[in-house]
Amino acid sequence: MPDDETLTMVLDGRPVPARKGEKIIAAAERAGTYIPRFCYHPRMRPVGMCRMCLVEVKGPRGFSLQPACFMDAADGMEVVTTSDKVKKAQDGILEFLLVNHPLDCPVCDKGGECPLQDQTMTWGPGESRLVEEKVHFAKPIWISSLVALDRERCIQCDRCTRFATEVAGEALINFISRGDHLEVNTFPELPFDSYFSGNTVQICPVGALTATPYRFKARPWDLEQCESTCTSCAVGCRVAVQSSSDRVIRYLGVDSDPVNHGWLCDKGRFDFEANNSEDRVIHPLLRKDQELQEVTWSRALAAAAQGLRRALDRYGPSGVGVIGGARLTNEDAYAWAKLAKSVLRTDSVDAQLGDGLPAEVVLGLPRATIDQACSARALVLLAPDLHEELPILHLRLRQAVLDGGLPVVELAPAASGLSHLARVSLPYRPGEAADLVQQVLSPHRARSAGPSAPTDADAAARQARERARQLLGLDQGGRGEGVVVVLGRPSLAEPADSIAAAAAALAQALPEARFLPALRRANVHGALDMGLAPGLLPGRVTLEEGRDWFTRGWGTLPDSRGQETAGMLAAAAEGRMGALVLLGADPLADFPDRRLARRALDGVEFVVAVDAFLNGSSRRADVVLPAAMYAERPGTTTNLEGRITRLGQKVVAPGTCRPDWMIAAELAAALGADLGLESVEEIWDEIERLAPSHAGITRVLLASRSSRDGLLAPLPRVPVRIQPGVGRPGGGPAVHPGTTDTGVGATQGVPAPIDPMATPGIGSAERHGVPNVAGAPEDWSTEEEREAWEGPDREARAEEARRQEDVASRPSPLTYSGPTVAPDVPRVDGYGLRLVTGRVLYDQGTLVQACPSLAPLAPGPRLRVNRYDLDRLGRAPGDRVRVVTPGASLVLEAVVDPGIPRGSAALAFNLEGEGAADLIDATKPVTDVRLETI
Amino acid sequence: MTGPADTAGPEARPAGGLSPEALAQARELVALYPEPRSALVPLCHLVQAEHGWLTPQAMVEVADLIGVTPAEVLGTASFYDMLHTEPVGKYVIGVCTNIACLLNGGIELLEHAEERLGTRAGATTADNLFTLEEVECIALCDKAPCLTVNWRFFGPLTHDGFDALVEDLAAGRLEGEVPRHGILNRVRREGGLRVAREEVLAERAASDQALEQRKAAREAVEKREQAQQGQGGKQGGKGSA
Ligand code: SF4
Ligand code: SF4
Ligand code: FES
Ligand code: FES
Repeated sequence: MPDDETLTMVLDGRPVPARKGEKIIAAAERAGTYIPRFCYHPRMRPVGMCRMCLVEVKGPRGFSLQPACFMDAADGMEVVTTSDKVKKAQDGILEFLLVNHPLDCPVCDKGGECPLQDQTMTWGPGESRLVEEKVHFAKPIWISSLVALDRERCIQCDRCTRFATEVAGEALINFISRGDHLEVNTFPELPFDSYFSGNTVQICPVGALTATPYRFKARPWDLEQCESTCTSCAVGCRVAVQSSSDRVIRYLGVDSDPVNHGWLCDKGRFDFEANNSEDRVIHPLLRKDQELQEVTWSRALAAAAQGLRRALDRYGPSGVGVIGGARLTNEDAYAWAKLAKSVLRTDSVDAQLGDGLPAEVVLGLPRATIDQACSARALVLLAPDLHEELPILHLRLRQAVLDGGLPVVELAPAASGLSHLARVSLPYRPGEAADLVQQVLSPHRARSAGPSAPTDADAAARQARERARQLLGLDQGGRGEGVVVVLGRPSLAEPADSIAAAAAALAQALPEARFLPALRRANVHGALDMGLAPGLLPGRVTLEEGRDWFTRGWGTLPDSRGQETAGMLAAAAEGRMGALVLLGADPLADFPDRRLARRALDGVEFVVAVDAFLNGSSRRADVVLPAAMYAERPGTTTNLEGRITRLGQKVVAPGTCRPDWMIAAELAAALGADLGLESVEEIWDEIERLAPSHAGITRVLLASRSSRDGLLAPLPRVPVRIQPGVGRPGGGPAVHPGTTDTGVGATQGVPAPIDPMATPGIGSAERHGVPNVAGAPEDWSTEEEREAWEGPDREARAEEARRQEDVASRPSPLTYSGPTVAPDVPRVDGYGLRLVTGRVLYDQGTLVQACPSLAPLAPGPRLRVNRYDLDRLGRAPGDRVRVVTPGASLVLEAVVDPGIPRGSAALAFNLEGEGAADLIDATKPVTDVRLETI
Repeated sequence: MTGPADTAGPEARPAGGLSPEALAQARELVALYPEPRSALVPLCHLVQAEHGWLTPQAMVEVADLIGVTPAEVLGTASFYDMLHTEPVGKYVIGVCTNIACLLNGGIELLEHAEERLGTRAGATTADNLFTLEEVECIALCDKAPCLTVNWRFFGPLTHDGFDALVEDLAAGRLEGEVPRHGILNRVRREGGLRVAREEVLAERAASDQALEQRKAAREAVEKREQAQQGQGGKQGGKGSA
């Protein structure tokens, strides 16, 4: 706010401040005057479509009615919102809006939380003068498999269509026809298949748009809600979790300025269906007579402890491995890290399944925020297709390119959802990312392109690299100031080392550049922070660096560095592993090399699965311990920026499911140890005390109103002082002094209250559960709720937080500087195509498949190749071909995709049947396939 | 010109896309604008010149040409009365019922047309020959009541005159004068004058000649009406081929 020019407008006779360019409606709202509206949405461009916001504005010819959502506030501008003329206008507009409205509120899902209903009651006429027949439409029509549209109820506010066009960039719905026959519709046979379609349902101010998972399931007055964070991917969008009769029933996006701007992707929005799935494991299972049978917790825990102990006895600590953990909360992950590293004393712990990046790379590079990425001087994209894997990050970056001119340099093995917006696209062949980065960074030292004479394509590629150099400021001697690299694994069929090398080279050449890791899984970043990775301990420290500190804190630690998932699976396959613990992990589906995963599960003696579902891998377990899911347990989660936010518990977990931390604690007890962790709060306190990167992030601070958007770890190295009144209703602008530093500034003061019209349904649901800012603009939670979260000894904790002087004795978080040159990969021969594989939003993953609405959306497997290659290999689009590698073969349909460079072939990961995981050989850096006729 | 002669009936080409010629012309049109999507409406007219209406296939192609979605093309096209998103007959007859025509019997002319063609305004005859529409002022108020056939003007028209016109059209006597799926001249012009000068001159001459003929026919009607002889001789605009 301070850098915006402020002006003063006169609102109903009193001076109110406004910012330059701010609309009257927004300035008035900040000043406490609510002007009714339908079409205006704070996150979209104004259109002045509905005229509900008419106010009187004084001009040279006196007062006239003007749309407040469309007109900028100006200095000295006189605005009247309460005159008879305004009232008459509002009354008239509502009468018009209702002219063709079917008035079927009793059978409408929106009834009870409907802005049209509410505003008609508040500002509208008592009755209509219309006696004519209304315009009728067939009701409803399905504009996609998730969204139904009742055109009779539509008031043509242009919110849904604007969202589709402006925000999602997928103008698949549009206004069709004109006048009173205006309707929202799709092009015939071209449904509204968008990953973001649920947002239109959320922002529709009437009941015209409804989504399958919520249609006719509940009434708004039966809903309870709590605020939480989506953990379906690592973006960490803010949500309101709504439930009815102790079942999660709907999510609404909550506007978090640094993260999701109120939007959610459809997977995040609808995958609560999995919570309510019949297929959940709700009681412990134990393998008896070759079959998994329900047993009590004590038997299951005893069996698990016995199996682990036997493995420890026979193979030593390195004979036990823990795979997974990205599904867990931070507290769960910490408890499991403590169990594994201090009780089992194994360091073979990995939250990633060989499909991410080395933990040191993720944790050791200077971290960027999403906002920093969006306002970067140049953004380097070396990541999987964000549209598929981190959808809302995709939306944010897309918007930054279109509205802010963000220059994007994309390095990718295949075109992504952002390619068409990239200033420079540098395609590379899987395995050669580091080479490409070297060519960009030091064009003169780069290896020669090959023996053949330079072609036009070579010249174009050289030009593109030069443009990239320019954008990165390399030629001007830049050190990467303002450069942000979005770093992930562009393809699972290339070595992570090569991406790590590319990142190291970028970090070396651009020391001021920041990195935004683009790992997909839920809380993978939190799990890595908590030490669920080999060689690491909680708080982003290495095993060696943190040995003294954690020996004091935990007692015992592993002797030496353990294995990553690939290493664990290889050891298991060779019979060197006594036991594997699968923490919500399904290596058979998610590890890039399925044959290895299969051999590993066959080779290992004992498997414990901690999961909410039985998946391909946990079906082979000896003991299955049922875990509580999202919305069933409180805690915190960490997104890809390192932003820690709180999760709300809204419902009770079914059966005897338990939170993962509790399972860890009980398993420790069954092993004869004591984790010393008895509640989520206690765990967080220990994390704050022991994990260096989390120092100062106390529960008090996390629960404070100013931290609603979460806190970025680590806090800047400013002595942490807790202001009295932080987190207290009426405690004044609560700005944590430690978070105002530029680098990781999480919050600027108290977030604005939620606009009930921006997200209809969020203001009307009853508040319940711990953190709740969404439903309560004034007072974010009741005193009891706050007490429950902060604990009774709040003052003592604040004292504790103040006592951060022993920072010096803490180990320091790691920094990454690995090799900048990747291992050589073989050249692809003229008959082969190099495989590119990445994930799609809807795949055969357990969670998606447990959601009736989402499961059918998973696409079928198709091999996508360039037309040139298809022609060259004598195949026609749609042909079924045999895709062959030295060790495997499968039959697929081949389709043409101009986004795949020549010489490569793309196949999405984890689709139905045999797929990419069957082709990949983990011992080879890259996968080359041949296509054969059947 | 008005696109390749299409001899099959409208129902025989349900999913027509752009012909190679039209595609070339479309590209020229797109190049005229700094923003490709600005070419949307002219392109719609171009499609209509080929097919008489905007076939779904053509809308998809237009969307590709200017980088928008087919839904956006449909959205725009469905806004305008002169763009048809449903199949039309060979001749689209638009009877004006705006003020000048209204005062001069436009409504009656429309009702007569409905009776004569056996179809309602907005619909197409069973033989796919005529689509009847009620339109707003077509800027021929001085000849009210008037109408357009494929964007070519006719007026003032008596009911008999209308019948005569319809018969001439049905018999193919006005082929030269009323182009198949008329196209707006401006669109064609802006699409680059790829028409040889001789052709333009020839077309202009044909149109002058048609005008002459129409004038003669009108005079004949007037003379006949003056004579107050109720003989129903059919003498509307005599067609030329
Ligand atoms: S469907 Fe809803 S959001 Fe879309 S225009 Fe109609 S009222 Fe607005
Ligand atoms: S982008 Fe990720 S965090 Fe956001 S709603 Fe989707 S799955 Fe959830
Ligand atoms: S016109 Fe202002 S809110 Fe719709
Ligand atoms: S009123 Fe009919 S042409 Fe003008």
